[in-house]
Amino acid sequence: MESQNNNQNLTIQLTALVVDDNKVNRKIHQKMLDNVRVKNLGVKNGKEAVDIHCDGRRFDLILMDLDMPIMNGIEATKELRSMGISSMIVGVSSRCTEAEIQKFMEAGLNDYHEKPLNIAKLSSILHMINPNY
Amino acid sequence: MNKIWLSSGVLNSQLAKTGLPLWMLGLGADLLWADMNRLLAFLFHQGVLDEQFLQLQQLQDEASPNFVSEVLNIYFHESEKLLTNLRGLLMEREYKKMEIHLNQLMGSSSSIGAKRVTNVCVAFRAATHHTNRAGCLHALEMLEHEYCYLKNKLHELFQIEQQRALVAGVRYPEQNQNQ
Repeated sequence: MESQNNNQNLTIQLTALVVDDNKVNRKIHQKMLDNVRVKNLGVKNGKEAVDIHCDGRRFDLILMDLDMPIMNGIEATKELRSMGISSMIVGVSSRCTEAEIQKFMEAGLNDYHEKPLNIAKLSSILHMINPNY
Repeated sequence: MNKIWLSSGVLNSQLAKTGLPLWMLGLGADLLWADMNRLLAFLFHQGVLDEQFLQLQQLQDEASPNFVSEVLNIYFHESEKLLTNLRGLLMEREYKKMEIHLNQLMGSSSSIGAKRVTNVCVAFRAATHHTNRAGCLHALEMLEHEYCYLKNKLHELFQIEQQRALVAGVRYPEQNQNQ
């Protein structure tokens, strides 16, 4: 039974969408996810994140930046939730004001982390999605 | 490249293209490694870099052996565009647009561990909130200075790393079986 559980754990593959207009941050976050074997995709604004969901794609985790052109993180999160997307959406931003974080959370985030994300923060996020991960 | 033999502890070495005996190149790699660590320690001590830079280095692996340099090249390219735009926007007193650019620069600088650049961005952003033109000009000059210093030091680090990799990549052929 234990080895069957271990085999199931080995086949679990989480998926993630990195939504960030900043190329450096997108590359770093995607590499972090690669290194923990989370299959991932990157898009550069909230509109692209919404469009990809309209195309039928689904992700276990969405890392959502706040400040983006065309559609920001708050607007994108609200839109995704109104579409019925139940993925874990984690806001990441370098903004520090409590009011902005509160507004972001109220849009429908599950969690918020200040940039930069690091391996420890990412691990805690993945653990929330799947404790066995 | 010429072969070397190890026989009864005697080195019968021939010269590499550098003119150095091949067996000394291993020592060169160690010295370069020490130089690299010294420079990194200096940059940490000066507050130029922080722990996030180590996180960046830890992401590099066999699948992405040039990951750090790829990230930093993107950072340099994007930052220089942002700095050029910031100067133009300051001349036009476009404080809101400056804030957007600063958020970008701050975000990427903190992600690579560029601590002093990030701190200057924070101060600059505060000056834009107060539409303080003189303060913004001063902050921009500081930012350009810190960015140039960071870039030069990171290039120095890369050069040492490249030399180390070159030297460490010298292969010692198998010991001659007949001896």
